Amino acid sequence: MSDDRQSLDVDIVCVGFGPATGGFLTTLGRGLAARAGTPAAESRVAPGLPLQVTCFERADDIGTGVSGVVTRARGIRASFPDLDPAQIPMAAAVRHETVAYLLDPGGASRRSAALRAVDALLRAGRGVLPMRDHAVELPYVPGFLRKDGGLILSLGQFTQWVGSQVLATGAVQVWPASPVAQALVEHGRVTGVRLVDQGAERNGAPAAGYLPGMDVRAALTVVGDGPVGVVGRQIDEQFGMPAGHAKRDWAIGMKMVVDLPETCALEPGSVLHTLGYPEPEIFGFLYVSGERTASLGIFVPSWFDSPVRTAYRYLQHWMRHPYLWRHLAGGRMRSWGAKSLQESGRQGEPHLVGEGYARIGEGSGSTNVLTGSGVDEAWTTGVQLAEGVLELLDAGTPLTREHLHRAYVARRRASWVEREARVAERARNGFHRGVVTGLVGMALAGLARGRLGLPGTALRAQARVRTLEDWVGNRIPAAELETLRREAATFGAGLHDAVMSRLGWPAIPYDGQLLVSHQDALLMGGKVQAAPGFADHVIFLDPALCRDCREKLCVEMCSGQAITRGEDDLPVFDREKCIHCGACHWNCTRPAPEDPNRSNLQFRAGAGGLHSTEN
Amino acid sequence: MGYHIVVCGSLVPDPLQTLEPVQGPQGPALKNEMMLPAVLDPWASHALYEAAHLARTVAGSRVWLVSLGPKAKLQQVMMTVAQKAPFELVAIDGSASGFTDAAAVAGALADAIEAIPDLDRTRLLVFGGWESASRGASAVMQIVGERLGLVDQFQGVDALTVEDGGALRVLERIEGGRHQVSTLAGPPALFGWATGHLGEPPNNPQIGMANMRAIMPALQRAKPAALGAGPTFARVSLPKQTRQTRVVKDLAVDAIAKEIVDWIKG
Repeated sequence: MSDDRQSLDVDIVCVGFGPATGGFLTTLGRGLAARAGTPAAESRVAPGLPLQVTCFERADDIGTGVSGVVTRARGIRASFPDLDPAQIPMAAAVRHETVAYLLDPGGASRRSAALRAVDALLRAGRGVLPMRDHAVELPYVPGFLRKDGGLILSLGQFTQWVGSQVLATGAVQVWPASPVAQALVEHGRVTGVRLVDQGAERNGAPAAGYLPGMDVRAALTVVGDGPVGVVGRQIDEQFGMPAGHAKRDWAIGMKMVVDLPETCALEPGSVLHTLGYPEPEIFGFLYVSGERTASLGIFVPSWFDSPVRTAYRYLQHWMRHPYLWRHLAGGRMRSWGAKSLQESGRQGEPHLVGEGYARIGEGSGSTNVLTGSGVDEAWTTGVQLAEGVLELLDAGTPLTREHLHRAYVARRRASWVEREARVAERARNGFHRGVVTGLVGMALAGLARGRLGLPGTALRAQARVRTLEDWVGNRIPAAELETLRREAATFGAGLHDAVMSRLGWPAIPYDGQLLVSHQDALLMGGKVQAAPGFADHVIFLDPALCRDCREKLCVEMCSGQAITRGEDDLPVFDREKCIHCGACHWNCTRPAPEDPNRSNLQFRAGAGGLHSTEN
Repeated sequence: MGYHIVVCGSLVPDPLQTLEPVQGPQGPALKNEMMLPAVLDPWASHALYEAAHLARTVAGSRVWLVSLGPKAKLQQVMMTVAQKAPFELVAIDGSASGFTDAAAVAGALADAIEAIPDLDRTRLLVFGGWESASRGASAVMQIVGERLGLVDQFQGVDALTVEDGGALRVLERIEGGRHQVSTLAGPPALFGWATGHLGEPPNNPQIGMANMRAIMPALQRAKPAALGAGPTFARVSLPKQTRQTRVVKDLAVDAIAKEIVDWIKG
């Protein structure tokens, strides 16, 4: 057993390899290769050697923990002017976009009176409206939603493609299966990162082959670890957020990659967005990427107040909607996965730079919540940081907060990312008051270029989620709810299946290839695995709080059924099923004992998860 | 005077991937092979960890990893493998689908080994997986040994220890869960490893960074393998199977056995 913590000095260390870090390392790698042999590209920690740039990725391989996307790809194309989508597996140019409003074909959807009235009007007008299969296609797609000239990408395949090019420069190194446990902070300055311990028991105690996580020290730590990354969250907590900024809007995006049946008439490049079903708060997408393959899925937002909000069963009901099922019946699941999305946009932007660090990508608030676009923005912020760093290296200027502000933040502020983020800043506020209000607010913000918007305040999960009794109202008697609760506790299961079935949602007719059990989705689609030797990364701080928690939204919302009800109705975590979507981080409804701004569930860094690169 | 240990090992699709054989322009292949995440073949991984362990314990030893696989995928797999143990990579660009001819693969590996500069055949230990996750014929390593003229070959090796005086004591798997014990005077020899006794080493970025300085140039130097047309496959198809998955933890062994027997009986 080793008690010695190793230490490594590099010049720049990056946390997470997603689109933002991809943009950063692509630009930096090219820039360093072009400057090879010059003082600008010489290491400060290892004189005589090239600048030492290294990146640590949590997932077991790059591209195994991310999702599918349709993007305008302006920033990506700027980095790759000759980009041919055929170079990237599962990529396709956007050809046709449709937005469809899905009516409720079965009567189980929980719709407000206003929405029911809208549905009734639409059904009454079906003779004149473009309505078929319980859906109405919008006559036009608003400009702010369109992805003209854009790309459909498998982010897994895109990230792998980028990774291979980044490595080929020889200027940077990327290490997967290397979760970062924390940032090293000394005297108010980030001095690097510490990797997680290996050879550890579930509780973190040293076991056979114990290797304490290495300290990697660097003049600049580039934080691109996404919406639920531990380093980004640590920096948010330790250095605070800018006045008026907070990360309170979230969504879980759950998706599948599907081999479409021979009968499917959708053309490669087709983009379909849906709203209205299975619940009005849940939005859907379907992108056809070529070779009869589609990425499809739903977004379940944090402002959907259901205490039994489950993504997986809702995803199946969404696929079974007649408007979609006509394309999907006979299809086969190739891949499956889920991830959290930071939906606060610019309202959730942290301090972009500080002493020793810079923030890029989704965790830096770059996602545009009006256009529903995040990948291209994240990529571009990475490019902007790399351009700034190269500028400072050329000038021989240290990478201090002040200089990074000038070289990176000023670039970002002057770019289309910032300009469009300001237009989007208030676009989703209305959703905190209801779906219809939210849609009106989005339309106002989009059509008025951000000059108009509706008010609305995002609440923490602790203040937001309603009790189950309140949620179901008189649709399920209280005594029956108690029975369902007891049964769920007995079987260690979530309540959502029982409650949804009781509310009229039909059973899913499993076909073994597209409609499969949640556990089969993990195995067949996500290929979920976790290497031994790492501590649990989901920790319940005060068990008493969990025991008393009636909602247990961590169980209901867990994308991999990795959190279940155990003995004494306490939540139990199984890291072998965790896909690191991070939903538990923002769905815990109990404040931490010592800090009401944090929840009673700690989501730490861990290895393993999805092993599919097709997402 | 240490050993010169050459480990033969390439990549296979990451476990749990859905593998589907298809008829491609160059013959049978795995559907979407280049899109599947890959790992170093688990059998070869054991061989590499054993090689690294032996090299650590015998001063002056060197370890090479000779890999035949698609260059782009090799580069990707090396990001993880390079963190596990110190080695020098010899890369050969070619298919790792498992549909290639075993003798042609062995020939390419043997040629690459013979071309390693500074390799001292009197100190040579060739390691590899006894079998492969993509090929279960156990043929490649034997043919590699024959091509290199190595007459001392051991397959299904679980342990290799250096005795006083430099003799090598080998434990080979035989039927009945037992081992055959052999002793040889020393190199050269070939060892097709079973699982060995060593666990997977932790990821160590310091080792990775040291390895990568030579790995990237090795990948750039990788030459295409001349594997020839290979065998002709009359037909490739998926086995008929029905997935019936339940995830149950802490089930007693007897209960698992009974369930399997009941399932077989139908």
